[in-house]
Amino acid sequence: MSEQASHKPKAQLDAEFSELYRAHLRDVYSYAYYRVGDHHDAEDLTEQTFLQAYRHFERAQRESNGRPLRPWLIRIAHNLAANLYRDRSRKPVSPIDDTTALTAMHTTEQVVEGRDELSRILDGVQLLPDDRREALIMRFALGMDNREIARALGRSDGATKVLIHRAIKQLEEIVHD
Amino acid sequence: MTEAAPNFEGLLREALTPVEPPAHLAERLEDTLTSITEMAADELEGWELSAMRDPRNWVRPAAALVVGGTAGAALVLLRARRRAQASPAVLGGLGGVRESAERAVQDIGRETRKLLGER
Repeated sequence: MSEQASHKPKAQLDAEFSELYRAHLRDVYSYAYYRVGDHHDAEDLTEQTFLQAYRHFERAQRESNGRPLRPWLIRIAHNLAANLYRDRSRKPVSPIDDTTALTAMHTTEQVVEGRDELSRILDGVQLLPDDRREALIMRFALGMDNREIARALGRSDGATKVLIHRAIKQLEEIVHD
Repeated sequence: MTEAAPNFEGLLREALTPVEPPAHLAERLEDTLTSITEMAADELEGWELSAMRDPRNWVRPAAALVVGGTAGAALVLLRARRRAQASPAVLGGLGGVRESAERAVQDIGRETRKLLGER
């Protein structure tokens, strides 16, 4: 009985993992895409993130004490992306494909009107230091709150709030320069 | 702390709009995850100690253990997936998906056999 309490049946774990996957595939892909700036690498990063997550899912569930697992997933993607850059000793090879990102959820008219400014913002995001860029991706592309971002980046809530504030200020300066 | 620039934040939210994953990624990922979850369950359920006396039976349960959680599983699967991708059957509808899943499972066995042979 006590063993059952600490170790869930595999079928239940798999079902819960499927739920996590369905709920956060778009989050992980969006993060990966804005992080690496390329669809091919974003796909590989997303796939590897979920494979790693599957391997460590039971432990993550035990240690999360019921807290949402999205920050944990994004942290896995963050670590894998860092390894990717370390291995290749480079930053993203190309700027983000504006066309894909900007048409994802906008009408044609909106895209035409705001395209220049939005493109400048996207280009500016790529110029930010890694931690600031990641914080903005998590906040604005994934809609994560300060606490979630703090958990994903392994920082305190206060430090995360300051990080996001500085990232926005720096980006504003870059865009309006 | 970020209230100073509400308009800019709105633009930032528009620029960093969420990106939908391509359909083929979801298919590929679900295929891979289904392969590893089903294979691990089937293999571990069917693992009889008596059969383990014959070294020829070692590979499949070992593969189940590998995909069940030891290091290297992701690499083996990705390698298997990339091989499967080389075939046009992968995109050939349900039959293609099933074929590629079966091939992926066979590849995992082959990769595991190689890994065990190397040790």
